[in-house]
Amino acid sequence: MWILRVNMNDRIYRLSEVPEAYKNLGGRGTTSTIVYDEVPPLCHPLGPNNKLVFAPGIVTGTAASTSARVSAGAKSWLTGGIKESNAGSSWASYLANMRIKALIVEGQPKEKGKYWMAHITWDDGAGKPKVSFLPADPYTGKDLYEVFPKVYEQFGARAAIAGCGVAGEYGYGNSGIAYNDLGKRPSRYSGRGGLGTVMASKGLKFIVLESKGAPGVAIANKEVFDRGAKKLTEALREHAITKPKGGLNTYGTAVLINIMNEAGGLPTRNFSSGRFEGAAKIAGEAIFEGVKNRLGKEVYNHACSPGCIIQCSNTWYKPDGTEHTSCVEYESDWALGANCGIDSLDDVAEMVRLCNAYGLDTIEAGTTLAVAMEAGVIPFGDGKKAIGLVQEMGKGTPLGRILGGGTEFTGRAFGVTRVPTVKRQSMPAYEPRAVKGIGITYATSTMGADHTAGYTIGPEILGVGGKVDPLSPEGKAALSRGFQATTAFIDSTGHCLFIAFAILDIPSGFEGMMEECNGVLGTNWASEDAAKIGGEILRKERAFNEAAGIGKAEDRVPEFMKFEPLPPHNQVYDVPDKVLDSVYGEL
Amino acid sequence: MRISVKLFATLGRHVPGAGSGTPFETEVPDGATVADLVNQLKLPREEVKVTFVNGRTRPLDWLLHPEDEVGIFPPIGGG
Repeated sequence: MWILRVNMNDRIYRLSEVPEAYKNLGGRGTTSTIVYDEVPPLCHPLGPNNKLVFAPGIVTGTAASTSARVSAGAKSWLTGGIKESNAGSSWASYLANMRIKALIVEGQPKEKGKYWMAHITWDDGAGKPKVSFLPADPYTGKDLYEVFPKVYEQFGARAAIAGCGVAGEYGYGNSGIAYNDLGKRPSRYSGRGGLGTVMASKGLKFIVLESKGAPGVAIANKEVFDRGAKKLTEALREHAITKPKGGLNTYGTAVLINIMNEAGGLPTRNFSSGRFEGAAKIAGEAIFEGVKNRLGKEVYNHACSPGCIIQCSNTWYKPDGTEHTSCVEYESDWALGANCGIDSLDDVAEMVRLCNAYGLDTIEAGTTLAVAMEAGVIPFGDGKKAIGLVQEMGKGTPLGRILGGGTEFTGRAFGVTRVPTVKRQSMPAYEPRAVKGIGITYATSTMGADHTAGYTIGPEILGVGGKVDPLSPEGKAALSRGFQATTAFIDSTGHCLFIAFAILDIPSGFEGMMEECNGVLGTNWASEDAAKIGGEILRKERAFNEAAGIGKAEDRVPEFMKFEPLPPHNQVYDVPDKVLDSVYGEL
Repeated sequence: MRISVKLFATLGRHVPGAGSGTPFETEVPDGATVADLVNQLKLPREEVKVTFVNGRTRPLDWLLHPEDEVGIFPPIGGG
């Protein structure tokens, strides 16, 4: 395995052996450890001392199901703290196949506004990866849907691409890193935390991978690996949520719109209500039925990345049956739909497409539009004007640049008090006042408000991994802490977090995940080690944040949630500060 | 007594005319529970995962009252 350092000062690269201390790390464990070890916490996120780290998970690139995830990490331009944002793409598998444990992008070219591409291939003769640098000038300032096919033309159909869009070039706090999906669309994202701008600040537009001839992932104990992979695959095939033609494969992640609405926890019109009267029109069921009507047949969802059993990515079609966009995820659907009071799937799909085209995080984009609506820039519910605002972001107009700064930035520009952020990152699609545990995760996560950091929605709403009352704060600090630690481990394996639906209910699936890791690494981890290993990652992330000036005073939900009751349950956020402090205090 | 019911995702298929998430009214005997309603609608028990009454998650033995709004979900997940 290699650590590959790409230095953008003068575009040179260096390969080194993986240090002993990093041998058992993967994904988030790798990126957060390297950021903790090498990035000065007080550096400017867009300066020469920040580093952008990519790492495949421990089992990424193997036959383990649903494991083609890559973690991207750095000091976040949005939050100012540590960031790990993972995505599913063949790009992840290619990195793993070339035995690259971490790809570290360092330095910064002196010349501003000049962009490069790094082309990483396998050098058969030398038996290691090699990097060449090419100018990216023809690809800057453009829509990624226009550019991706040209990059494929240049490097061949078997390439995999990661890159930033104009959002990164403009320097937005809202900017993601786009990766190709299996249909070569620029639609899989390390969306959160402004990493696209960190990438652009390095003068790096694309990282193109080709792993032809590469040896693939080394497996220390094939028998143990195979046994684990079989157990996990069986769990995924058996569980009602993850199985073929199950909930996710049929309705996509947007199947959650209706249940969150029913629970009164679907943030609506900038977090002013937990119910949206138009929810049914934008729900996963409506997407499935809408596609059936427009194409005249039932369409089940597809995989975002190779080797996925769950296959939850949908495609939305125009009335004439041509593709509009892929994928309308729950978070995007909610952020650009319910949270803006918009009930048209066609309008939501257009905004998703534009976010992919510009390199924007759909969550941050939707929550920003809603704050702008609150400020009176455009009315709530006006889909066409909302599309216009996303286009402003793409054009880099003065208003677009304010919106591109993110939700909190926009709130400050317009003097809005109802701004749903923690650590400058906007909240996703679950209302903390109606689901108390997820609020604890939002408040305390090292990432800023992030549902994936500790998805207590499982037991609080979905009846997965237990069943608890969403409106009660009782026992939720421990629940969130446990989820955050286990998640940090799952994010290190390279598995998609959605395997958690199956393995939290099926213990043999959980064992399978551990055995896969043991098979690859030659370790001897048991199920209970997952939370311990994850806890160590969280401690490093936390220490980085504290050194960056982000302490426990920032582990809080916004003040308005403490005194504005949320309909329909008319609850405020009543989790005491000392309970929030206990999440990491007792880690 | 009359109550209002919504069936979500795949559950709508089991009741003719009940689209996913579209509310319909039905009559249940006084003293009926959520489980009685599930049986009356002939929903396969293994497909019933989360049941709401008036926006709160309630167990199958929860007692229904006139004009209650019931929402029934199969196992779903996402994020």
